[in-house]
Parts: sequence; structure tokens; C-alpha cells
Amino acid sequence: MNKQQHASIWSRLLSLSNDSTAKIIIVAVAICLICSIMVASAAVLLRPIQKQNEMLARQKEILKVAGLYQVDKDIASTYKLIETHYVDLRSGEFVAINKKNKQNPLTIPDDKNITGISEIMQYQPVYLVRIDEKLQTIVLPLLGKGLWSTIHGFVALSADANTVKAITFYDHAETPGLGGEISNPVWLAKWKGKHIYNKQGDAFIRVIKGKVSSSSNNALHEIDGLSGATLTANGITNIMHFWLGETGFSPLLARLRKNNTQENH
Amino acid sequence: MKNESRKVLLEPVVDNNPITLQILGICSALAVTTQLAPALIMCIALTFVLISSSAIISAIRHHIPTNIRIIVFMTIIASLVIVVDQFLRAFAYELSKQLSVFVGLIITNCIVLGRAEAYATQNPVWPSVLDAAGHSLGYSLILVMVAIVRELFGSGSLFGIAILPLSTDGGWYVTNGLMLLAPSAFFIIGLFIWLIRSWKPKQQEKPDYRIQIVHRTEFL
Repeated sequence: MNKQQHASIWSRLLSLSNDSTAKIIIVAVAICLICSIMVASAAVLLRPIQKQNEMLARQKEILKVAGLYQVDKDIASTYKLIETHYVDLRSGEFVAINKKNKQNPLTIPDDKNITGISEIMQYQPVYLVRIDEKLQTIVLPLLGKGLWSTIHGFVALSADANTVKAITFYDHAETPGLGGEISNPVWLAKWKGKHIYNKQGDAFIRVIKGKVSSSSNNALHEIDGLSGATLTANGITNIMHFWLGETGFSPLLARLRKNNTQENH
Repeated sequence: MKNESRKVLLEPVVDNNPITLQILGICSALAVTTQLAPALIMCIALTFVLISSSAIISAIRHHIPTNIRIIVFMTIIASLVIVVDQFLRAFAYELSKQLSVFVGLIITNCIVLGRAEAYATQNPVWPSVLDAAGHSLGYSLILVMVAIVRELFGSGSLFGIAILPLSTDGGWYVTNGLMLLAPSAFFIIGLFIWLIRSWKPKQQEKPDYRIQIVHRTEFL
């Protein structure tokens, strides 16, 4: 095809009536093609920078919940204080992920699936803070369904693997002002000092309806509810029970607790 | 600048302001103005989308089939918005989290589609760009003014820097919680509309209906 023919196809295309079926189809296809190339290239080219941002934001959340975050300090340098381990949810042992020992998904049976997540990875990251070789803080990831959205969070426990030091829910899309209050610092502060496990060793911590009465037997395990956000609050309770119970980090925490008491004696 | 271009650019800033006269784009004006920084980012994002979409649509205006013109506008606008959103996530991550869905909602911002349909389809590229820039300026002006009022009285700060010493930090200023809620933006925009219409009475609309006494019951 020579240049002239090219030019004549182009000019025939341009001279087509705007309302002819051919022109409608050609214009629609052309617009879609150009726009999709534009969108796809922006997404692909910027992906590495966005990944980096997400990782930094995650590290910042971990530092915040561990109580180590300082506004004027570089995140990467403070983050060196955090020890990252992968833990096998079934045994509670730390594992190394490599070619021989690959990450694999665990399917959650329906009767245990209380958070609406039907599949999780067998090896989950946990973050430990030690000062002078002594375990100070255990940071565990949390994940599960609220009312509308998947809620992501972290909980920081003391070395006794039972007392909550701090908690955060950093990514969710619950109703602002109602369920969205789960990221309100005032409410999150109410978790401080609460105990996860009851005497029987079950994950018992929960968000109740209304205010916790100090006379309640379970006051140590209960957190004030959020008015107008019962379903989100139930989601949070389920997330805590799932991740801190047998399905989640309970074997690991039992092991850490044992180590901790041995060290103290 | 020629008089005509000047008029196209400057008229939408006050005389034909998209928010206070055309009452368009209110949704984002309510949502992102609790603080100045996200409001400014929103203005920049909208300015980029509005100018680019007007320029592109005006450039291909002779070849857009009338039957599918709205969907063509929407495709172009939506693509531009996704590109802006991707850029924000890469280079202003914290702010993009604060703006969350509202960047995506530029797609449905009536100002963008309104300018495409009302101006860019009937005018050459340069005037369309000027018209888009003018409307962006008008939108940004109102957004920034509302955000200044809301952040100053709601949080006692501007750009996150404390201006009024808060009573919670031992100062004298007790924050106005209403300013942080969406309804306050309605009141503030309402007050701006009142101010502008008192300054420029030409903008005052004649009421569509008037309640009149058609007959007096006491005579019946």
C-alpha cells in the first residue's frame, strides 16, 4: 500500500457522515483503544512506585502500632528495630520461605470461617520488637470482613502474649462516621490493657453493645461499642477471634508465652 | 490577551462561577474541604482533567457521532481521571488515601461533562482550553475559600500548621466540630453565594413562582 492510498483511506474516513453506522463503530473502537492504552500504560509504569509507597505505609503502620514511630525519623531506619518472621499457622513455629518450603494457601472450613475470608496463606508474617534480647512487643496482622469492606489492621501485644498494647485498623471502607469510627484514635485507645484470652485460654476479647460497665466480670475483655455500627463491631470481634484463636496465631502465642515465662524464671 | 479570550477565561471565576452560579460540582466541594491540602490536590486534579478533556474533545469535535457523544465524553474523562488517580497514588500517597473515592468521582463531576457538552463541542481548541481553565479557577477559588474557613475554624490550623492555639493543647480556641462535618460546607457555600449575589445583583434570579393572594376568603 503506498502513501497515496493511505491518504485516501484516511480522507474517506474523515469525510464519512458522522451519523453513519460505520463511522460510529470506527470512532467508538478508536476511542476505546486509545483510552485503554493510556490507562494501561499509566497503571503499569507507575506500579513499582505505588508498590514502594504501599510497603512504606505498611511499615509505618507497624511502627505506629508498636509505639516506635517518630515523625521526624526516617521510616526505613526505625524499621530496622523490627524483626520479621513468617510463622506456620498450624504449628506456631517460625519458618523460612524458600524454594523447598513454599507459601501455600489454606482453605478455611465453613464452620470456622467467621470473618468471611475463605482462604488464607499458611505462613503469615509477624513482627517482633526485642530490646536487649528481651521480647517487648508482638505485632500481628489482622484481616477480615466488616459490614461493607475488608478491614486490614495490626494488633500489638505485650510479651505476655495476652495484653493489648495498641491496635489499628488502617485500611477499610466502612461508613464514615459510623463503622468508619474503627480508625478513630479515641476508640482505639480503649483497647489498651485489655486481655485477649480468658482463663480457659479462649480468645475472648470482644466489642460489646454500649459501654463496658466496670462491675462486669468480663470488663477486662470488653471494649465499648460504636453506636450505629453494630455490624462493623461484630466484624471486628470475629476478626479478633479468628486471628487470635486456634485458626490463627494462638499456637504461636502459646509458644511465645512459654518462652517468656521460662526466661523470667 | 485579546478581549474575547480574556472574557472566556475570567468570566467563570466570579461572574459565571460553576459552583456559586451554576451550582455544579457541589458533591466534591462538600467532601474534600475539611482540610486545605486535600482540597488543593482536588483542585489540581480537576484542573488537569477539565483542561485535557476539553482540549481532546474540542480537537475531535467534528468527528464525534451525535448518537454516542456522551459515552465518548465519558470514556475520555474516565480515562483521564484514572490516569490522575494513578499518578496521585504514586506521588502523593497519603493525600490520595484522604481523597479516596473523590478523585474517582471527578468522572461524575457535572462541571467536566457540562463544559464538554456546552462549550468544547462547539468551539476550537484554544478557546475550549481557556474556558476549561476559567472554570477550573472558579471551582478552585470556591474550594480553597471553603477549605480555609473549615480548616481554620474546625481544626485551628491551615495546611496542618496550627494557627489558633487549641484549648486541648492549652490555648484559647475551642474547635467548632460542625466545621468538620459535611453540612457546614453547605452553609459556607450558601453564605458565599449570598455575598457574591449581593455584590453582583445581576446574578440574582427571579423567583419562578410567587405566592399571591388571589381572593380574600373573608368576603365569601
